[in-house]
Amino acid sequence: MSQMPPTYMRCFQVNPADNVATALDDLASGQVEVLGAAARSVVVATEDILLGHKIALRRTEEGEAIVKFGVPIGIATTAIEPGAWVHLHNCRSQVDERSSHLDLKTGAALDTAYA
Amino acid sequence: MRETANISLADRAWNGYLRSDGRKGIRNLILVIYTVECASFVAHAVAAGEEDVHVIGFSGCYDNAYAIRLMLALATHPNVGGCLAIGLGCEYTQPAKLAEVAEQSGRPSDWFYIQNEGGTRTGTARGKDALKGLRGRMDAEAQVVPMGWSDLVVGAECGGSDGTSGLAGNPVVGRFYDFLVDRGGSAIFEEVVEMIGLREILLSRAASPEVAAELDATYRKAEDYCKAVRQYSVSPGNFAGGLTSIEEKSMGAFAKSGSRAIQGVLRVSQPVPKPGLWLLDSVPDNHFMQFGYTNPNDTEGIMDLISCGAQIVLFVTGRGSVIGSPVAPLIKVTGNSRTFDRMRDDMDFNAGTILEGSKTLDEAASELMEMVGDVASGTPSKPEALGHREYFVMYKHQDTPELAAGCRA
Repeated sequence: MSQMPPTYMRCFQVNPADNVATALDDLASGQVEVLGAAARSVVVATEDILLGHKIALRRTEEGEAIVKFGVPIGIATTAIEPGAWVHLHNCRSQVDERSSHLDLKTGAALDTAYA
Repeated sequence: MRETANISLADRAWNGYLRSDGRKGIRNLILVIYTVECASFVAHAVAAGEEDVHVIGFSGCYDNAYAIRLMLALATHPNVGGCLAIGLGCEYTQPAKLAEVAEQSGRPSDWFYIQNEGGTRTGTARGKDALKGLRGRMDAEAQVVPMGWSDLVVGAECGGSDGTSGLAGNPVVGRFYDFLVDRGGSAIFEEVVEMIGLREILLSRAASPEVAAELDATYRKAEDYCKAVRQYSVSPGNFAGGLTSIEEKSMGAFAKSGSRAIQGVLRVSQPVPKPGLWLLDSVPDNHFMQFGYTNPNDTEGIMDLISCGAQIVLFVTGRGSVIGSPVAPLIKVTGNSRTFDRMRDDMDFNAGTILEGSKTLDEAASELMEMVGDVASGTPSKPEALGHREYFVMYKHQDTPELAAGCRA
């Protein structure tokens, strides 16, 4: 597999109120086309974001809601800059406390003893 | 945005089978039901090579009220025109009673015990003879009538989800549900445990304050269930795939409900009382044996939707799946174009076109509606044509009177 960054990268915004979009390709730093609700706009990715993961579309302050589908899907646990990856390291569930204790990359539970 | 596709699609009509309760079927099947695992081999041998014969059954020897209600609901489903119940001869569940209820509903029915017939060969021969007799009566008694969207009940469920399910697969079903409800049809969605975090949004969709109270109680039960089993319906694979919270997964799943008002909550095996959008509660009620399991697999949820009278079920699967269903054809929808191309023999509908920008949500939903109309008119869905008839009837406790504790309840 080539390690060249893709030349054309896309993400999908479901609702105009959303402050995140979902990556339709594996994203690297650079221009990403935003499809869906705000079709034809562009956001600049500032880090690698895997397909299916979320990219911030605008600055979000700590304690503000992360909005997708037009509804809060979590709370920002730190300030998030546009183009950043939004996941377990900077967003927590409003109901499921356990999901804040999972491995960031694999989602594996870190709170279960195996010995 | 209330406009449906074009007029011809909106007014589409086809022939169906009128049943004594006024419901209409899109197929005229014979349902073979076995009443204990010991009778399953003969039941499948009887149905082998018979296109219009589907099989379901209950494996337990000790009977269960929930399982009996489910089997009766399927025996009297609009797509079923006749019933053959097969028992071994020593189990609790009574095949004679199942056949009696089906016969009383106007469906030619028969039953026997394998022990009385002599065994595998004679039992199978007895069953094959019964099918001939039932078919003769069904052909003579069939009432073929025109039907349209307002006669249709459609169920929807998702499984094997990926990042596309919440963006395209479930939304296209939701938009089709809007079209269907606006044409006077009925739509059922389920998976209450995947609505956790959306209480206010769910309640805001209620058709009345009474319905809101019903939805609230259903939501609370699912939340209690998740707390009791110490687990929300979200897995490591979901997080690795980019979902960050149960709320996010819930919104993706909830998208298949579309945007119309929810008319109320159905329990498993309860027919839809009137047209519109309905939430199916398949979560077990609390019981002295604890809750039990809710959705052990995709097939169980599909059976629940069919038990409420769905003549067609839509199954949204981003990663792909190779299941089908008895009684009601399954239409498999994916939001992932790669999955659609890789599993073309199994997948019916590609909603990935929405993400690629080549179709709008409304265009894709109209195409899905066209496909549902084709299947209702007799075109087999992909899993139906492949002969997939997976079924699952489990022990569960729902609507259990407080004093009727025990594994029968």
